Amino acid sequence: MRLLNLLKIAFKAIVLNKMRTLLTMLGIIIGVASVIAMLAIGEGSKESIRSNISSMGSNIITIRPGADVRGGVRGSASEMQTLTFKDYEAIKEQSTLLSYISPMVNGGGQVINGSSNWPSTIYGVNPDYLKIKVVDLQSGSMFTDAEVQSAAKVALIGQTVVDNVFPDGKEPVGQMIRFNNIPFKVIGVLEEKGENTFGQDQDDVVIAPYTTVQKRILAIDYLNQVMASAVSEEDAPEAVTQVTEILRTQHKLSESAEDNFSVRSMEELISTFSSTTEMLTILLVAVASISLLIGGIGIMNIMYVSVKERTREIGLRMAVGGKGSDILMQFLIEAILISITGGLLGVTLGLGATVFIEKFLNWPTSVALYSIVISFAVCAVTGIFFGWYPARKASSLDPITALRYE
Amino acid sequence: MSKEIIKIEDLKRSFTMGTETVHALKGISFSIKKGEFVTIMGSSGSGKSTLLNILGCLDQPTTGTYEIDGLRVKDLSKNQLATIRNEKIGFIFQSYNLLPRTTAIENVELPLLYNSKVSTEERKSRAIKALEMVGLGDRFHHTPSQLSGGQQQRVAIARSLVNNPVMILADEATGNLDTRTSYEIMSLFQELNKKGITITFVTHEPDIAAFSNRTVVLKDGNIIKDYMNENILSADRELAKLPIEED
Repeated sequence: MRLLNLLKIAFKAIVLNKMRTLLTMLGIIIGVASVIAMLAIGEGSKESIRSNISSMGSNIITIRPGADVRGGVRGSASEMQTLTFKDYEAIKEQSTLLSYISPMVNGGGQVINGSSNWPSTIYGVNPDYLKIKVVDLQSGSMFTDAEVQSAAKVALIGQTVVDNVFPDGKEPVGQMIRFNNIPFKVIGVLEEKGENTFGQDQDDVVIAPYTTVQKRILAIDYLNQVMASAVSEEDAPEAVTQVTEILRTQHKLSESAEDNFSVRSMEELISTFSSTTEMLTILLVAVASISLLIGGIGIMNIMYVSVKERTREIGLRMAVGGKGSDILMQFLIEAILISITGGLLGVTLGLGATVFIEKFLNWPTSVALYSIVISFAVCAVTGIFFGWYPARKASSLDPITALRYE
Repeated sequence: MSKEIIKIEDLKRSFTMGTETVHALKGISFSIKKGEFVTIMGSSGSGKSTLLNILGCLDQPTTGTYEIDGLRVKDLSKNQLATIRNEKIGFIFQSYNLLPRTTAIENVELPLLYNSKVSTEERKSRAIKALEMVGLGDRFHHTPSQLSGGQQQRVAIARSLVNNPVMILADEATGNLDTRTSYEIMSLFQELNKKGITITFVTHEPDIAAFSNRTVVLKDGNIIKDYMNENILSADRELAKLPIEED
C-alpha cells in the first residue's frame, strides 16, 4: 500500500514535469546510444581490419613431408612420399581447431589452348582450397566433391594463364584446355591476386581435383602437402601442436624420433594480426571509456540539478508529513523509472543509429553485446545514483531549511 | 473546550551563525487550548516564525519542553515527527507552497498520500470536501497558475484541513494578499474556528490580530503581552465595510 502510494507519487511527478523528464531522459538516451554506436563502429572496423588481414591467409597451416634422413642426407620435401591421404583423413577427423583442410599435389607443365601455350603449375586440391587461400572466383564455379570422387577433368585457371592462353579475350569458362596433353574443361577463373611477398605470381596457376592430378598427371598416390586453415589466428599455434601430435601418432614415431614432416603457420602475419587486434582493442576501450565518462557526466549534471531544484518541493512534502524515507523512495523510484526508460530508449536509438551508419554510410559496424550491457549499466547506475544522492541530502535537512532553499 | 492542545515551557531556540550565537527564543511558556484562535504578533526578528516552526514540528527547540496533544515532541524521532505533522497539524505558508502544474485536488490530496491508513477513494472524497469547505467547489482541476493568490491560499488551507488536524498553523497566511482577499481568508478562518478547529496564526498586522480571540505578542524572543480579545471583529462585517472596488 505504502509502496503503491509512492509509485503513484513518483509517476505523477514524472508525468507532471514532462519537459524536465524528457531532458533528463535525453541525457541518458544520448549517453547510452553514443556508446553503443561508437563501439559498433569500432568493433565493425576492428572486424573488417581483422578479416582484411585474414584474407592474406594469416590462418593458413601447411603440412609437408620432410626431414627424412637417408644415409645422412636430408631429402627435399617434394621427393618425400611420407605424407599420405590417410594422414589427411586422420588430421581432418581428429583436429578440432581447423576450419578447412585440403590435400595438395602439384606439378609443372605446359598449358595449351589451340596455338597458344604457357608454362604453369597445376595444383590438385579439394573444394576447401579456395576458402583456405581466401580466393574468390571471377567467373564460373568451383568443382564439387563428386567431381573429386570421379577424378573429373575439370580445372580453374588464374588470370595470368587466361591472358596467355586466351589472348583473343574469349570467355575461358566452358572452353577446353590441355595440361601436359591431358584435356581439361575450364569451369572457372580465379579472381586476380597479384604477386606474393616473394615475387611469385599467384595468378599463374591451374587448379584441379587432387585425384585427377594424382592419377592423370603425376601418377602418384601420396600427397605433396596438406593445407588447412585454423579456426582463428589466435588458435593457429595450438592447431600446429595438435596437427603435429596427430601426425606423430599416425606415423607411429617413438618419443625420441624426430618429426618426419613439418607443420608451419604464418607466424609473421599472425604477429601482425595479433598486434593490430590488440591495438584496436585498446583504442576501443579508450573510446568506450571516454564516451561513458562524458555520457555519465552529462547524466550526473542533469539529474543532480533537476533534483536539487526540487529541494523546496522536498521541504513541502516533509512539512505535510512525508517521512525522509518516503521522499527518498519517491526520488529513487523516479530516478529508476527515468534511467531505465532512458536506457532502453538509448539502446534502441543506438541500434537504430548503427543500422543507419551501416546502411547509408556503408561503414562496417558490429554491435557487441558487452557495449549494450556496459553502457546501459553505467548510465542507469549513474542516473539512479545522482537522482538519489541530492534527494538524500535534501531529505536529511530540517523541513524548514529545505522549504527555504532558493 | 478546555483541553490543552499545545503546552510549551521555558522554550529556547538558538542558532549558531559562524562564531555568533543568535537567541531567537529566550525561554517562553504558554499553552493553547482546544478551539482557540490565537494570533502570534511581533515585528520582524521577534522570533514568531521560529516559534511557529517549532509548534509545527518543522524545527526542534534547543531546550525546554513542547507538548502537542499530550505528546512530548523532544522524545520523538524524525519519522514520528513526520507522522505528527501528517496527522495532527495543518500548515499554511505565506507563499502557499503548492506543487506547480498540479491540480487543486491533487495538491489537497498530498498529505493523505503519506498516510497509508487512507484509501484512494477516501482520499479523493476528503479532498473534495475540504475544497468545498474553502469555497473552491468549482476549481478542482485548476493548477496553481490558473488560480489567483487568494484562491491558491484557499487550496493551501484546504490542504491543511484535509487530514483533520488538531490544529492549523498559519505563517503570515495573508502576507501576500491584498486587504480584501486577506479579510476573505480571515473570514474563512473564523468560520473554521467556529466549527471547533484550533488555529494559531502568525502575523505582524494588528488589524488581522483583531479577528482572533487571543493575541500573543513577541519581542526579541520573549512574550511581552498575552491577552484575550475583548472585542473580536467579524471579518465578514469588515469585508462589507470595505469600499467596493471599481472595475
